[in-house]
Amino acid sequence: MNIPKHDVLLIGGGGAGLRAAIAASETYRGADIGVVSKVYPMRSHTVSAEGGTAAVMREDDNLDLHAYDTIKGSDFLGDQDVVEAFVKEAIDEVIQLEHWGCPWSRDEDGRVSVRAFGGMSVKRTLYAADKTGFHMLHALFQTSLKYDAITRYDEWFVTSLLVEDGRVCGVTALNIRSGNIHAIGAKSVIICTGGAGKIFPFTTNAAIKNGDGMALAYRIGCPLKDLEFVQYHPTGLPGTGILMTEASRGEGGHLVNSQGERYLSEYVPGKMELGPRDILSRSFIHEQRQGNVFEGPDGSYVHLDLRHLGEKVIDEKLPFVRELTRNYVGIDPVHEPIPVRPVVHYCMGGVHTDINGATPISGLYAAGEAACVSLNGANRLGSNSLTECLVFGARAGQVAAQHAADTDFADSASMAKMAQDEQKRIETQFFGNNGKERVANIRDDLRKTMEEGAGIFRTEDALKTTCDTIRTLKERYENIGIDDHSRVFNTDLVNALELGYMLDVAEGLAHSALLRRESRGSHARSDYEERDDENFLKHSLAYQTDGDPRIDYLPVTLTRWEPEERTY
Amino acid sequence: MSDLRTIKITVLRYRPEEEDAPTEQTYDVEFRDDWVVLDALNHIKDHIDGTLSFRWSCRMGVCGSCGMMVNGEPKLTCAAMLRDYYPNEVRVEPLVNFPIVRDLVIDMTDFMDKLKAVKPWIIREEEKPVSEGEYLQTPDQLKDYKQFSQCINCMLCYAACPVYGLEHDFVGPAAIALGHRYNLDSRDEGNQQRQHVIASKEGIWECTYVGECSVVCPKHVDPAEAIQQTKVATTTNRFKSLVMPWGNKK
Repeated sequence: MNIPKHDVLLIGGGGAGLRAAIAASETYRGADIGVVSKVYPMRSHTVSAEGGTAAVMREDDNLDLHAYDTIKGSDFLGDQDVVEAFVKEAIDEVIQLEHWGCPWSRDEDGRVSVRAFGGMSVKRTLYAADKTGFHMLHALFQTSLKYDAITRYDEWFVTSLLVEDGRVCGVTALNIRSGNIHAIGAKSVIICTGGAGKIFPFTTNAAIKNGDGMALAYRIGCPLKDLEFVQYHPTGLPGTGILMTEASRGEGGHLVNSQGERYLSEYVPGKMELGPRDILSRSFIHEQRQGNVFEGPDGSYVHLDLRHLGEKVIDEKLPFVRELTRNYVGIDPVHEPIPVRPVVHYCMGGVHTDINGATPISGLYAAGEAACVSLNGANRLGSNSLTECLVFGARAGQVAAQHAADTDFADSASMAKMAQDEQKRIETQFFGNNGKERVANIRDDLRKTMEEGAGIFRTEDALKTTCDTIRTLKERYENIGIDDHSRVFNTDLVNALELGYMLDVAEGLAHSALLRRESRGSHARSDYEERDDENFLKHSLAYQTDGDPRIDYLPVTLTRWEPEERTY
Repeated sequence: MSDLRTIKITVLRYRPEEEDAPTEQTYDVEFRDDWVVLDALNHIKDHIDGTLSFRWSCRMGVCGSCGMMVNGEPKLTCAAMLRDYYPNEVRVEPLVNFPIVRDLVIDMTDFMDKLKAVKPWIIREEEKPVSEGEYLQTPDQLKDYKQFSQCINCMLCYAACPVYGLEHDFVGPAAIALGHRYNLDSRDEGNQQRQHVIASKEGIWECTYVGECSVVCPKHVDPAEAIQQTKVATTTNRFKSLVMPWGNKK
């Protein structure tokens, strides 16, 4: 029985996945790499990142400063050994990307430019206008085309991880175009599937971000770490959730309430618009409670005012902001303020890995937003995530390739059998029963309960309700029916499978949030308003069980920075 | 919402397992003033007919997934406001000039092959080690190629290109523009390696300079200009090589 096999198999072809694929193929000659992605890699959500990517590039900056900013931003939940490795390797990684053709914006002398960003004490954010993620992704993807060792499975959707004798030995994947399920063998599998913003109703995230990889790992017993930490970006467009980059504040934009005040002076006087995202998003809610916000058809909002920057700066530094506001809200930021409000943006939590991207399960790795390597702790600083994709994508790729060099493939016949079983499982579950529940209805109900219980401010009661609702939704999911019973490009089926992933991640998230009875970073409990280092200076680990998830804890690694009060 | 209106959306359907040729289907969709064509398709899929298939992801005009023909024009459906068509009906069809896989989903493997063929990566005789830092590139040097780097691979230009419609060997606007992007990059030395694809008969010389590619590009890339610039450069190089046949390495 012949099935395709690769030394290292990537799930996901975004920033982290492509960086990992290239790193793996460069680790040893002859390494054979596969990249499975449910979309063509250049469609991956890295493409939507706007503002920039952080690294120490200038004389007024140093590694300790970047590390301290990141650790303080994380509300001291970041693992400090991870942060130290990150800031150090970030520099080579962004230069490597420069060598691969990324069109970074430049100073007159030809050096790459840097801009200010929230929570960063000096300018250290490299950028390509305000389409940094787009340019990074395309540079990585186009560069990846020259590696003959990389085989792509474009528009293949992974439905399960194959496990034999306690180690991951491949995946089953739906070839979306043919409708067939195949086994793909691998010595190492790296999950780079991004976050799960789509479990919330109002998000900057693309349609594809449903926590697929997190759920795949969770289902085979791998813990999901620090899932309760969900970042709201303070400046999304009301209604659509389209991101207005933090660079618009980095370049000098103001946030103004309905009283015409730059209200952040009340909350982050030392940083104002360049405060960290968690605090800025909460400030909005405080202003809302005081009635200092505008009201529109899509709810409350404040103004992001760029007018004083002038047309030239806006066109040079923030052209995408101008394009998006003109297209989607009919507003020209050169002449009018932009309506904005907080919107779900990023999952700090994810698949539990060590500093190299290795999970506790042999043969399984993860990097990027799908992973939780514990760089971002309780709140990520803007522009650290693109760099994280590079640094930890590269690390995971190297370590996974080394593991592959010392490992054998599992038996093809048994993997092929597992793929046949998987095809039967899916046909029975989605085509065989005459379930009455629609994908969209369960999904909408999930998103609603996530916002109600696990939004910007959380309480015991609301979280309990959300946990109960998710349990009910999982029961309803058992009775799902889909309209489309055909094979070729059946997106109805893909959506149904994605919904299963979303429910699993939501369950882990809500239960982790329920048990964290403190406020830290993005996790704000109205009933436990203080940070509680005595009881909660630790990572949560959510394990799937037959009932509610089991939540364990893991100490935070501290090296040189003692936790202190986090004020700006 | 009080501002709901109803618009007719007619969609091309093609289910290869059930039918030999495409058909069409019309749906009535209540829409909000800020809805785009893609929102209507999602409304249909979620609440009326889950069998309708199409690609989409970012809904902010940068992932390049949702290009389709809207009333006969290639458009990103996430950037086409329904209110601009109302009260007329909207016809949504897959991008022309490509084989249809299913409903509004086209087969784009031909483009993926052509993209790789133009070698869209930095080529250098000698790679500088990362430890030696970045290549310097002035804002003016960046400007030389910047617009050609804005391509999101959405395929609208291929749907608009009359030459590609007739001659599928044509490398086509986006791939040529991306090859040209690297040729113009001050860090790159790969011009010669790309010439046999870009300057071939199936490359720039196939183009009859209709310019529709540049008109439909949602990112204001000007592939027609890339092709024109390459024609001029190639011709100049050819004449130069007649004078100095051994001295034309780069």
